[in-house]
Amino acid sequence: MSMKVEDKLFLDRFRVDEESHLRIIDGALCLQECPDQPCLYICPANVYRLEKDRISVAYEGCLECGSCRIGCPHLNIEWRFPRGGYGVSHKFG
Amino acid sequence: MDEAFDVAIVGAGPAGLSAACRLAEKGVKTIVLERGEYSGAKNISGGVLYGHDLARVLPDYERRNFPIERNIVESRLWYLSQDGGYSLSYRDKIFADERKHNVFSVGRAKFDRWFSEQARGKGALVVCGTVVTDLLRDPNHRVVGVRTDRSDGELQAKVVLLADGINSPLAAKTGFRPEPKPHQVALAIKEVIELTEEQIQDRFNVEPGQGVTIEIMGEVTQGMDGVAVIYTNRKSLSLCIGANLSALSKQKVRPYEMMESFKEHPLVTPLIQGGKSTEYMAHWLPEGGYDAIPRLCGDGFLIAGDSGMLFNAPHREGSNLAMTSGRFAAEAILEALAKGDFSRHGLKGYISRLQNSYLFQDLRKYRRFGRFLRTHRELFTTLPRWTQLAAREMLTVNGVPKKEKQRVIWREFRTRTSLLSFLRLLWDGWRSVR
Repeated sequence: MSMKVEDKLFLDRFRVDEESHLRIIDGALCLQECPDQPCLYICPANVYRLEKDRISVAYEGCLECGSCRIGCPHLNIEWRFPRGGYGVSHKFG
Repeated sequence: MDEAFDVAIVGAGPAGLSAACRLAEKGVKTIVLERGEYSGAKNISGGVLYGHDLARVLPDYERRNFPIERNIVESRLWYLSQDGGYSLSYRDKIFADERKHNVFSVGRAKFDRWFSEQARGKGALVVCGTVVTDLLRDPNHRVVGVRTDRSDGELQAKVVLLADGINSPLAAKTGFRPEPKPHQVALAIKEVIELTEEQIQDRFNVEPGQGVTIEIMGEVTQGMDGVAVIYTNRKSLSLCIGANLSALSKQKVRPYEMMESFKEHPLVTPLIQGGKSTEYMAHWLPEGGYDAIPRLCGDGFLIAGDSGMLFNAPHREGSNLAMTSGRFAAEAILEALAKGDFSRHGLKGYISRLQNSYLFQDLRKYRRFGRFLRTHRELFTTLPRWTQLAAREMLTVNGVPKKEKQRVIWREFRTRTSLLSFLRLLWDGWRSVR
């Protein structure tokens, strides 16, 4: 049976900060000028999801790979590391 | 933290910690800044390390209770099609006896934590939970320290070593290394699957403490240039699969779905059967090769490890290059400290060491390899399909004469590709690794 990404993320240990370390700079750009929206596919943690009128950012499950930052064709994602000690913590690595 | 250090190291991975060990044992005042809760909290590799490079940093590592998972005695290569595949493997008792720890599997959360204890033992200060957000410069633009996300977070250093890995917003922000382009990295994901020690020994036909690595290419990456691996740990398997980020983008493949299909491959399923997934991670691999290496040394700073794109893709070597580049950086810093010259000129011993070592020689040798994979998609599409057909034909006993089977295989080959493009593949492939 195929395992869902939500179940995979559930295995990991996260220390979630109150504030997001990821931000879409211009939300309108995603809907109007980005037909491919690769962030919806390439993110290994399915952080970016298409809602009715925007792309939402579930930063809590971010695996901190950086792919959305450089994969966004419009470089429309502001990306920083979570604050020191926050974010994902590997158990085995 | 308004304190002055001789050396500030960004990142407590194998590059940063190797440098820290070497510097601290010479009495150099060294601080390592790590953004994770502990060293290794943010780190991943496929999961093997190399005794040769580690011994040059910690000659007595074997007596220091190092967290080895399994000593690798066999390497397998798989070339997989949709429903089957070719397997080539090599096992040798020399890797179980005289050349023990040539390659061994590790979990980086444990290993890097152990490594940072060694650096601490030698006198380095390792501070975790701290993100370096910027570099401090003097009016002449020399790097003279780092800024962190702590409230009291600036600290001065004569030299800063950037060992913060392939995903470095710091490098991008400060311009020390250009942000990688999507085609210059592979996005790899990893799953750790727990089994019992006995299950692993039975399934891989090894003794306790011994392990196997499997490197995999073919249709598993769904037509994109990429690789997968399966490595044996003591009580778990590391499954990784990754593909070039620009290819993932173009084909709109979700990495975790690619992992799930990989797990359903008939060669993979029996190995992981009954196992329990315990962790899921993602990371980039630097794929730019030699030509993507940035300037590794400047006034007041050096770059080591993945952060400097020091990664040998065809041999899946990265952590050894990290350890050795970290060690070279430390040696160059020691020279600079002796001379009191922290300029690019004073630190250039780093570059000459890299040039005279296996590091740059190997990376130069394979400088065309990444491009070879990117431009020969047939390696991941038509070729595995055709090799599957060929093997199936020849192995099926059905009364058809072998000559006739060969004709069928050859006809298939010519409908899928041309002899010319196949020769081109061989030629480019040979050139990329010679």
